[in-house]
Amino acid sequence: MEPVRASLRPSLLSAKWGAALLALAISCLWSSPALAQEPTPSDDQVNAVARQLYCPVCENVPLDVCPTQACAQWRATIRDKLALGWSEQQIKDYFAAQYGDRVLAAPPARGLNWLVYLLPPLVLIVAGFLLWQTMRRWQRAAAQAPASPPPSETDPYVQRLEDELKRRG
Amino acid sequence: MEIMNEPTTSTPSRGGRRWVIIAVWIGVLGLLALLGFGLIRRQEGPVGVGTRAPDFTLTTFDGRTMSTADLRGKVVLVNFWASWCIPCEQEAAELQQASQIYAGDEVVFLGVDYVDTEPEARAYLARFGITYPNGPDLRTSISQAYRTRGVPESYLLGPDGVIRSVKIGPYSSLEEITQAVESARGGE
Repeated sequence: MEPVRASLRPSLLSAKWGAALLALAISCLWSSPALAQEPTPSDDQVNAVARQLYCPVCENVPLDVCPTQACAQWRATIRDKLALGWSEQQIKDYFAAQYGDRVLAAPPARGLNWLVYLLPPLVLIVAGFLLWQTMRRWQRAAAQAPASPPPSETDPYVQRLEDELKRRG
Repeated sequence: MEIMNEPTTSTPSRGGRRWVIIAVWIGVLGLLALLGFGLIRRQEGPVGVGTRAPDFTLTTFDGRTMSTADLRGKVVLVNFWASWCIPCEQEAAELQQASQIYAGDEVVFLGVDYVDTEPEARAYLARFGITYPNGPDLRTSISQAYRTRGVPESYLLGPDGVIRSVKIGPYSSLEEITQAVESARGGE
Protein backbone atom coordinates (compact mmCIF):
# COMPACT_ATOMS: atom_id res chain seq x y z
CA MET A 1 0.00 0.00 0.00
CA GLU A 2 2.80 2.38 0.91
CA PRO A 3 4.43 2.33 -2.52
CA VAL A 4 1.10 2.98 -4.08
CA ARG A 5 0.64 6.02 -1.90
CA ALA A 6 4.13 7.06 -2.76
CA SER A 7 3.40 6.71 -6.41
CA LEU A 8 0.14 8.71 -5.99
CA ARG A 9 1.82 11.63 -4.24
CA PRO A 10 3.81 12.89 -7.24
CA SER A 11 0.76 12.63 -9.46
CA LEU A 12 -1.31 14.56 -6.90
CA LEU A 13 1.39 17.19 -6.67
CA SER A 14 1.59 17.53 -10.40
CA ALA A 15 -2.21 17.83 -10.53
CA LYS A 16 -2.06 20.63 -7.93
CA TRP A 17 0.65 22.42 -9.90
CA GLY A 18 -1.37 21.97 -13.04
CA ALA A 19 -4.44 23.42 -11.39
CA ALA A 20 -2.42 26.33 -10.06
CA LEU A 21 -0.95 27.03 -13.46
CA LEU A 22 -4.40 26.81 -15.03
CA ALA A 23 -5.77 29.23 -12.43
CA LEU A 24 -2.86 31.60 -13.12
CA ALA A 25 -3.46 31.36 -16.86
CA ILE A 26 -7.19 32.05 -16.38
CA SER A 27 -6.47 34.96 -14.08
CA CYS A 28 -4.07 36.36 -16.68
CA LEU A 29 -6.73 35.99 -19.34
CA TRP A 30 -9.22 37.78 -17.09
CA SER A 31 -6.84 40.48 -16.01
CA SER A 32 -5.53 41.36 -19.45
CA PRO A 33 -8.86 42.74 -20.71
CA ALA A 34 -9.22 44.60 -17.42
CA LEU A 35 -5.85 46.21 -18.03
CA ALA A 36 -6.93 47.09 -21.56
CA GLN A 37 -10.07 48.75 -20.12
CA GLU A 38 -8.05 50.73 -17.57
CA PRO A 39 -9.61 54.19 -17.99
CA THR A 40 -7.39 56.81 -19.55
CA PRO A 41 -9.81 59.69 -20.06
CA SER A 42 -9.38 61.44 -23.38
CA ASP A 43 -9.60 65.21 -23.84
CA ASP A 44 -13.08 64.72 -25.30
CA GLN A 45 -14.24 62.86 -22.20
CA VAL A 46 -12.76 65.53 -19.94
CA ASN A 47 -14.31 68.33 -22.01
CA ALA A 48 -17.70 66.61 -22.00
CA VAL A 49 -17.75 67.13 -18.22
CA ALA A 50 -15.87 70.44 -18.30
CA ARG A 51 -18.44 72.08 -20.57
CA GLN A 52 -21.08 71.44 -17.91
CA LEU A 53 -19.01 73.45 -15.45
CA TYR A 54 -17.98 77.08 -15.34
CA CYS A 55 -14.69 78.62 -14.30
CA PRO A 56 -15.15 79.72 -10.67
CA VAL A 57 -12.91 82.77 -11.04
CA CYS A 58 -13.64 84.04 -14.55
CA GLU A 59 -17.03 85.47 -15.46
CA ASN A 60 -19.24 83.18 -17.57
CA VAL A 61 -16.48 81.07 -19.12
CA PRO A 62 -17.16 77.35 -19.50
CA LEU A 63 -14.36 75.23 -18.13
CA ASP A 64 -13.69 73.42 -21.43
CA VAL A 65 -12.68 76.63 -23.24
CA CYS A 66 -11.18 78.57 -20.34
CA PRO A 67 -7.51 79.36 -21.06
CA THR A 68 -6.27 80.15 -17.53
CA GLN A 69 -3.86 78.07 -15.46
CA ALA A 70 -6.53 77.59 -12.81
CA CYS A 71 -8.91 76.09 -15.38
CA ALA A 72 -6.17 73.76 -16.62
CA GLN A 73 -5.82 72.56 -13.00
CA TRP A 74 -9.56 71.95 -12.76
CA ARG A 75 -9.59 70.04 -16.04
CA ALA A 76 -6.73 67.92 -14.65
CA THR A 77 -8.89 67.29 -11.58
CA ILE A 78 -11.73 66.13 -13.84
CA ARG A 79 -9.32 63.79 -15.63
CA ASP A 80 -8.14 62.36 -12.28
CA LYS A 81 -11.68 61.80 -11.10
CA LEU A 82 -12.72 60.15 -14.38
CA ALA A 83 -9.67 57.89 -14.14
CA LEU A 84 -10.85 56.89 -10.66
CA GLY A 85 -14.17 55.84 -12.20
CA TRP A 86 -16.26 58.77 -10.96
CA SER A 87 -19.48 59.51 -12.85
CA GLU A 88 -20.26 62.91 -14.38
CA GLN A 89 -22.74 63.62 -11.60
CA GLN A 90 -20.22 62.73 -8.90
CA ILE A 91 -17.68 65.10 -10.44
CA LYS A 92 -20.23 67.90 -10.71
CA ASP A 93 -21.27 67.33 -7.09
CA TYR A 94 -17.61 67.45 -6.04
CA PHE A 95 -17.06 70.75 -7.86
CA ALA A 96 -20.23 72.22 -6.36
CA ALA A 97 -19.11 71.13 -2.89
CA GLN A 98 -15.67 72.65 -3.40
CA TYR A 99 -16.48 75.87 -5.23
CA GLY A 100 -20.21 76.44 -4.83
CA ASP A 101 -23.22 76.03 -7.09
CA ARG A 102 -22.09 78.88 -9.35
CA VAL A 103 -19.70 76.51 -11.13
CA LEU A 104 -22.63 74.46 -12.42
CA ALA A 105 -23.93 75.30 -15.89
CA ALA A 106 -27.45 74.39 -14.76
CA PRO A 107 -28.24 75.53 -11.20
CA PRO A 108 -29.62 72.81 -8.90
CA ALA A 109 -33.39 73.00 -8.43
CA ARG A 110 -33.57 74.24 -4.84
CA GLY A 111 -34.25 77.48 -2.99
CA LEU A 112 -34.38 80.59 -5.14
CA ASN A 113 -32.98 78.58 -8.07
CA TRP A 114 -36.50 77.25 -8.56
CA LEU A 115 -37.34 80.63 -10.10
CA VAL A 116 -35.08 79.80 -13.04
CA TYR A 117 -37.12 76.70 -13.80
CA LEU A 118 -40.58 77.95 -12.85
CA LEU A 119 -40.67 81.50 -14.18
CA PRO A 120 -40.27 80.91 -17.94
CA PRO A 121 -43.13 78.36 -18.20
CA LEU A 122 -45.21 80.45 -15.80
CA VAL A 123 -44.72 83.57 -17.93
CA LEU A 124 -45.64 81.58 -21.04
CA ILE A 125 -48.79 80.23 -19.39
CA VAL A 126 -49.89 83.67 -18.14
CA ALA A 127 -49.10 85.28 -21.51
CA GLY A 128 -51.04 82.53 -23.31
CA PHE A 129 -54.00 82.97 -20.97
CA LEU A 130 -54.05 86.75 -21.46
CA LEU A 131 -53.77 86.33 -25.25
CA TRP A 132 -56.63 83.81 -25.28
CA GLN A 133 -58.80 86.12 -23.17
CA THR A 134 -58.07 89.12 -25.39
CA MET A 135 -58.84 87.19 -28.57
CA ARG A 136 -62.06 85.89 -27.08
CA ARG A 137 -63.07 89.44 -26.17
CA TRP A 138 -62.32 90.64 -29.72
CA GLN A 139 -64.35 87.78 -31.16
CA ARG A 140 -67.27 88.57 -28.89
CA ALA A 141 -67.08 92.27 -29.77
CA ALA A 142 -67.01 91.44 -33.49
CA ALA A 143 -70.05 89.15 -33.12
CA GLN A 144 -71.99 91.81 -31.22
CA ALA A 145 -71.15 94.65 -33.62
CA PRO A 146 -74.11 95.54 -35.91
CA ALA A 147 -73.68 94.35 -39.48
CA SER A 148 -73.12 97.13 -41.99
CA PRO A 149 -76.38 97.96 -43.80
CA PRO A 150 -76.74 96.92 -47.46
CA PRO A 151 -76.19 99.72 -49.93
CA SER A 152 -79.46 101.56 -50.35
CA GLU A 153 -80.94 101.86 -53.84
CA THR A 154 -81.89 105.41 -53.05
CA ASP A 155 -78.28 106.32 -52.41
CA PRO A 156 -77.37 108.78 -55.18
CA TYR A 157 -73.87 107.43 -55.37
CA VAL A 158 -75.14 103.84 -55.91
CA GLN A 159 -77.66 105.09 -58.39
CA ARG A 160 -74.94 106.87 -60.34
CA LEU A 161 -72.78 103.75 -60.30
CA GLU A 162 -75.63 101.64 -61.62
CA ASP A 163 -76.28 104.15 -64.41
CA GLU A 164 -72.65 104.21 -65.32
CA LEU A 165 -72.49 100.39 -65.50
CA LYS A 166 -75.59 100.20 -67.64
CA ARG A 167 -74.19 102.80 -70.07
CA ARG A 168 -70.93 100.94 -70.47
CA GLY A 169 -72.38 97.44 -70.47
CA MET B 1 -68.19 101.65 -25.61
CA GLU B 2 -67.58 97.94 -25.99
CA ILE B 3 -67.25 97.49 -22.26
CA MET B 4 -70.59 99.18 -21.67
CA ASN B 5 -72.21 96.81 -24.15
CA GLU B 6 -70.88 93.74 -22.32
CA PRO B 7 -73.52 91.81 -20.38
CA THR B 8 -73.46 91.97 -16.58
CA THR B 9 -72.46 88.26 -16.39
CA SER B 10 -68.84 89.21 -17.31
CA THR B 11 -68.25 90.94 -13.94
CA PRO B 12 -66.77 87.89 -12.13
CA SER B 13 -64.29 87.20 -15.01
CA ARG B 14 -63.23 90.83 -14.90
CA GLY B 15 -62.65 90.44 -11.17
CA GLY B 16 -60.58 87.32 -11.85
CA ARG B 17 -58.58 89.16 -14.48
CA ARG B 18 -57.89 91.94 -12.00
CA TRP B 19 -56.44 89.42 -9.56
CA VAL B 20 -54.28 87.92 -12.30
CA ILE B 21 -52.95 91.38 -13.12
CA ILE B 22 -52.31 92.09 -9.41
CA ALA B 23 -50.49 88.75 -9.06
CA VAL B 24 -48.37 89.46 -12.16
CA TRP B 25 -47.44 92.89 -10.81
CA ILE B 26 -46.53 91.44 -7.42
CA GLY B 27 -44.36 88.86 -9.19
CA VAL B 28 -42.65 91.48 -11.35
CA LEU B 29 -42.01 93.78 -8.37
CA GLY B 30 -40.71 90.83 -6.33
CA LEU B 31 -38.29 89.94 -9.09
CA LEU B 32 -37.12 93.55 -9.39
CA ALA B 33 -36.59 93.69 -5.62
CA LEU B 34 -34.56 90.49 -5.79
CA LEU B 35 -32.43 91.85 -8.63
CA GLY B 36 -31.94 95.12 -6.79
CA PHE B 37 -30.90 93.33 -3.62
CA GLY B 38 -28.40 91.25 -5.60
CA LEU B 39 -26.97 94.34 -7.29
CA ILE B 40 -26.63 96.19 -3.99
CA ARG B 41 -24.80 93.20 -2.48
CA ARG B 42 -22.47 93.01 -5.47
CA GLN B 43 -21.58 96.67 -5.21
CA GLU B 44 -21.08 96.70 -1.46
CA GLY B 45 -17.37 95.89 -1.70
CA PRO B 46 -15.34 94.02 0.91
CA VAL B 47 -16.24 94.20 4.58
CA GLY B 48 -14.67 97.35 5.93
CA VAL B 49 -12.46 98.47 8.77
CA GLY B 50 -14.38 98.93 12.01
CA THR B 51 -17.03 96.35 11.19
CA ARG B 52 -17.40 93.01 12.93
CA ALA B 53 -15.64 90.33 10.92
CA PRO B 54 -17.84 87.47 9.74
CA ASP B 55 -17.08 84.38 11.80
CA PHE B 56 -16.10 81.24 9.96
CA THR B 57 -14.79 77.77 10.54
CA LEU B 58 -11.85 76.56 8.49
CA THR B 59 -10.95 72.90 8.07
CA THR B 60 -7.24 72.95 7.39
CA PHE B 61 -5.40 70.75 4.91
CA ASP B 62 -4.04 68.71 7.82
CA GLY B 63 -7.56 68.10 9.16
CA ARG B 64 -7.71 70.61 12.03
CA THR B 65 -10.76 72.78 12.55
CA MET B 66 -10.19 76.44 13.34
CA SER B 67 -13.02 78.80 14.22
CA THR B 68 -12.55 82.55 14.40
CA ALA B 69 -15.17 82.65 17.16
CA ASP B 70 -12.80 80.53 19.29
CA LEU B 71 -9.94 82.94 18.62
CA ARG B 72 -11.49 85.90 20.45
CA GLY B 73 -8.85 87.67 22.50
CA LYS B 74 -6.24 87.13 19.82
CA VAL B 75 -5.28 89.12 16.78
CA VAL B 76 -6.10 87.12 13.65
CA LEU B 77 -4.68 87.71 10.19
CA VAL B 78 -6.93 86.13 7.56
CA ASN B 79 -5.18 85.84 4.21
CA PHE B 80 -7.05 84.79 1.05
CA TRP B 81 -4.79 83.20 -1.56
CA ALA B 82 -4.67 80.61 -4.34
CA SER B 83 -1.92 78.54 -5.92
CA TRP B 84 -2.76 79.95 -9.38
CA CYS B 85 -2.48 83.53 -8.09
CA ILE B 86 0.88 85.02 -9.09
CA PRO B 87 0.66 88.16 -6.84
CA CYS B 88 0.03 85.82 -3.88
CA GLU B 89 3.57 84.50 -4.32
CA GLN B 90 4.98 87.98 -3.63
CA GLU B 91 3.81 87.91 -0.02
CA ALA B 92 3.83 84.16 0.74
CA ALA B 93 7.33 83.99 2.23
CA GLU B 94 6.84 87.23 4.20
CA LEU B 95 3.57 86.01 5.69
CA GLN B 96 5.32 82.84 6.82
CA GLN B 97 8.15 84.90 8.34
CA ALA B 98 5.66 87.13 10.14
CA SER B 99 3.78 84.11 11.47
CA GLN B 100 7.06 82.85 12.94
CA ILE B 101 7.82 86.22 14.52
CA TYR B 102 4.45 86.23 16.29
CA ALA B 103 4.31 82.51 17.06
CA GLY B 104 2.97 82.01 20.59
CA ASP B 105 2.26 85.72 20.84
CA GLU B 106 -1.53 85.79 20.70
CA VAL B 107 -1.41 86.45 16.97
CA VAL B 108 -2.89 83.79 14.69
CA PHE B 109 -2.36 83.57 10.94
CA LEU B 110 -5.04 81.80 8.90
CA GLY B 111 -4.70 81.08 5.20
CA VAL B 112 -7.92 80.67 3.23
CA ASP B 113 -7.30 78.94 -0.08
CA TYR B 114 -9.72 80.40 -2.62
CA VAL B 115 -11.10 78.17 -5.45
CA ASP B 116 -8.06 75.97 -5.78
CA THR B 117 -7.16 72.35 -6.34
CA GLU B 118 -5.73 70.55 -3.33
CA PRO B 119 -2.56 69.04 -4.87
CA GLU B 120 -1.49 72.42 -6.25
CA ALA B 121 -2.39 74.16 -3.00
CA ARG B 122 -0.29 71.71 -1.00
CA ALA B 123 2.59 72.13 -3.45
CA TYR B 124 2.34 75.91 -3.05
CA LEU B 125 2.44 75.64 0.76
CA ALA B 126 5.44 73.31 0.54
CA ARG B 127 7.24 75.59 -1.93
CA PHE B 128 7.04 78.58 0.42
CA GLY B 129 7.49 76.51 3.58
CA ILE B 130 4.19 77.75 4.99
CA THR B 131 3.38 76.16 8.34
CA TYR B 132 0.57 78.31 9.74
CA PRO B 133 -2.98 76.88 9.36
CA ASN B 134 -4.33 76.86 5.83
CA GLY B 135 -7.50 75.35 4.43
CA PRO B 136 -9.81 75.48 1.44
CA ASP B 137 -12.65 77.96 1.17
CA LEU B 138 -15.30 75.29 0.64
CA ARG B 139 -18.20 76.46 -1.52
CA THR B 140 -16.49 79.91 -1.37
CA SER B 141 -18.55 80.60 1.74
CA ILE B 142 -15.77 82.48 3.56
CA SER B 143 -14.82 84.70 0.61
CA GLN B 144 -18.51 85.43 0.05
CA ALA B 145 -18.96 86.39 3.69
CA TYR B 146 -15.97 88.76 3.40
CA ARG B 147 -17.17 89.86 -0.07
CA THR B 148 -13.66 89.55 -1.45
CA ARG B 149 -13.01 90.78 -4.96
CA GLY B 150 -10.04 88.51 -5.66
CA VAL B 151 -6.79 87.22 -4.25
CA PRO B 152 -4.67 88.07 -2.41
CA GLU B 153 -6.62 89.92 0.23
CA SER B 154 -5.83 90.11 3.94
CA TYR B 155 -7.97 91.09 6.91
CA LEU B 156 -6.58 91.83 10.34
CA LEU B 157 -9.04 91.11 13.12
CA GLY B 158 -8.59 92.64 16.52
CA PRO B 159 -9.04 90.61 19.72
CA ASP B 160 -12.69 91.73 19.79
CA GLY B 161 -13.32 90.33 16.31
CA VAL B 162 -13.54 93.77 14.72
CA ILE B 163 -11.63 94.36 11.49
CA ARG B 164 -8.65 96.62 12.13
CA SER B 165 -7.16 96.72 8.63
CA VAL B 166 -7.80 95.42 5.14
CA LYS B 167 -5.14 94.83 2.52
CA ILE B 168 -6.30 94.38 -1.07
CA GLY B 169 -3.43 92.90 -3.07
CA PRO B 170 -0.15 91.54 -1.72
CA TYR B 171 1.78 92.96 1.23
CA SER B 172 4.89 94.58 -0.20
CA SER B 173 7.23 93.67 2.66
CA LEU B 174 7.58 91.97 6.02
CA GLU B 175 7.59 95.42 7.64
CA GLU B 176 4.19 96.22 6.19
CA ILE B 177 2.78 93.04 7.74
CA THR B 178 4.36 93.61 11.15
CA GLN B 179 3.21 97.24 11.18
CA ALA B 180 -0.36 96.14 10.43
CA VAL B 181 -0.22 93.48 13.14
CA GLU B 182 1.25 95.90 15.68
CA SER B 183 -1.42 98.45 14.89
CA ALA B 184 -4.12 95.76 15.37
CA ARG B 185 -2.54 94.80 18.69
CA GLY B 186 -2.24 98.45 19.70
CA GLY B 187 -5.98 98.87 19.41
CA GLU B 188 -6.59 96.23 22.07
